[in-house]
Amino acid sequence: MTASPIPAASASAAPASAPAALLAVNAMSVNHGPVPAVVDVSIDVAPGEIVTVIGANGAGKSSLLNAIMGITPGSGEVTFAGTPIRRHPVEARARLGLALVPEKRELFSTMSVIDNLTLGGWTATPAERKRTLEEVLDRFPRLRERRTQMAKTMSGGERQMLAMGRALMSRPKLLMLDEPSLGLAPRIVGEIFRIIADLRASGVSILLVEQNAKAALNAADRAYVMELGAVILQGPAADLAADPRVAGIYLGV
Amino acid sequence: MDATILLFLVQDGLTNGAIYALLGFALVLLFTVTRTIFIPQGDFVAYGALTYALLRAGHLPGTVKLLAVFGATALAVELWSRRRDLTPGFIATQCATKLGVPLAIWAVVAVLGAAPRPVLLDLALTIAIVGPMGPYLYRIVFQPLGGATVLTLFIAAVAVHIALIALGLAFFGPEGQRAPALIATSLKLGPVVVSGQSLAVYATTILLTAALSAFFALTLRGKALHASAVNALGARLVGIDTHVSAKIAFALAATIGAVSGVLIVPMTTIYYDSGFVIGLKGFVAAIFGGLGSFIITGIAAFSVGIVEALASFFASSFKEIIVFSLIIPVLLVRSARSHHGDDEDH
Ligand SMILES: Nc1ncnc2c1ncn2[C@@H]1O[C@H](COP(=O)(O)OP(=O)(O)OP(=O)(O)O)[C@@H](O)[C@H]1O
Ligand SMILES: [Mg+2]
Repeated sequence: MTASPIPAASASAAPASAPAALLAVNAMSVNHGPVPAVVDVSIDVAPGEIVTVIGANGAGKSSLLNAIMGITPGSGEVTFAGTPIRRHPVEARARLGLALVPEKRELFSTMSVIDNLTLGGWTATPAERKRTLEEVLDRFPRLRERRTQMAKTMSGGERQMLAMGRALMSRPKLLMLDEPSLGLAPRIVGEIFRIIADLRASGVSILLVEQNAKAALNAADRAYVMELGAVILQGPAADLAADPRVAGIYLGV
Repeated sequence: MDATILLFLVQDGLTNGAIYALLGFALVLLFTVTRTIFIPQGDFVAYGALTYALLRAGHLPGTVKLLAVFGATALAVELWSRRRDLTPGFIATQCATKLGVPLAIWAVVAVLGAAPRPVLLDLALTIAIVGPMGPYLYRIVFQPLGGATVLTLFIAAVAVHIALIALGLAFFGPEGQRAPALIATSLKLGPVVVSGQSLAVYATTILLTAALSAFFALTLRGKALHASAVNALGARLVGIDTHVSAKIAFALAATIGAVSGVLIVPMTTIYYDSGFVIGLKGFVAAIFGGLGSFIITGIAAFSVGIVEALASFFASSFKEIIVFSLIIPVLLVRSARSHHGDDEDH
């Protein structure tokens, strides 16, 4: 962990994005009516990397992820695994190996845990689906215990695990998590971050949006800090964690 | 009134109720998957009835040409919406599914001509002609309205209904049609004589209900349809194309309509515009089920059928009024309940 000075790059000073980036977002802007939620944001994620986007409420983090997934329209180029996906609908992006666990989880509330997970493997072959289901149930023993329970009757932490499990069922190349610790007790948050670390060890790339900056910076390789829709800081997560500006604003130190 | 008459009325009611149940299921299916209150469901019944009756009589039904018109229109809409990234492969599949299918069906019906055929073959042809109209109509009218409110979709559905009536008149003419009974013999169960036609209706209803239940409970595609209904965004996030789900729902609804038409046309003369009132009775049943419950819809449909049969005996001129009045208490109860928060979640 080098204590090098932070490259306080502005969003327009395009970083040297490796040509092999798994996800490259270039000059993304998102407007909700007259409200600019994301302003000219460029980020990228390399294969095997955990990248986090942190920022206060309303900074535009969810809007950014939703635009990358194609849920809300945004201007700007998005390249995923070498394919420009600007014109792809959500389901086509999912089929390319892009997965999002959105802020509201969007589970199939009146369906069982197993049905939710099985549908998560919609794009896989039956054999693959079966194999991945076992892996996901091993990773989340809680879900195995509750396999026949209806999603809407589960606790917040269980729902989060189900949402992550459902996203993993497609064996995504990139897993995007929108505030996985939102509304969860500290013990469960610890469990979620342990799972994120596990996933990274198994080679899944992750784009993590968090308000819990400390935990996110701990888990990530690189980080972007957003404020009022723009990226105001970026760099290695360890460096940002040590940066007084980040500490002052987001860690509540 | 003696027991024989009562039994006869109940049997009559159950037979009609079975058909209303099928229509109610189609309406619930379409509403849950696409949020469309599908007023034209009854028009599929009339189309199915007239198509089957004409096929049975050895004629070429006008719906064969109408299907080609719908297919070509859907093709044009599809190609236009994708005009900026057309590939030869995409154009080829679109032409095959939207033009090739109707033309192939047309060819088959033309080749078969007026030669006498088994009932089941004419039933299959009727489904093949009317079934694809569902997804074509979805592509032409409802898919472009994606994300619209229930009210907008409802208004579009009313417009489709009016269009289908006009097209029905243009392609079938004003004459009514009636077909011979599906099963000519009848069954004597003690004092009750059950007509073969009624038996065909019961058997078909049971078969279709079982097939639909199995589809939703056992197949991944059925679960995907269910998932699209429960949470469309969630479905898209896992890679389910919700337009495909909607097209399947429309195909099932049109098929159910066509089959209902085949079941009904031996019992009563059907005109191009007869479907609406029949569909509306399925709608009454679906309202009982809150446009969400298949089981309640089924039970309500049989009740509607029986009430209608009794009403036609005791107060025949008030028959329709009595049936449609049934929904008023349901609507009152539902609207009173909906103020205390909806149990729906999205
Ligand atoms: N659908 C919408 N319509 C109008 N404004 C919206 C909409 N969604 C988001 N916004 C606005 O866009 C801005 C960014 O919102 P966004 O949800 O992306 O922030 P966020 O960083 O995810 O916040 P949080 O940490 O609270 O989840 C906010 O000002 C928000 O009010
Ligand atoms: Mg957010």
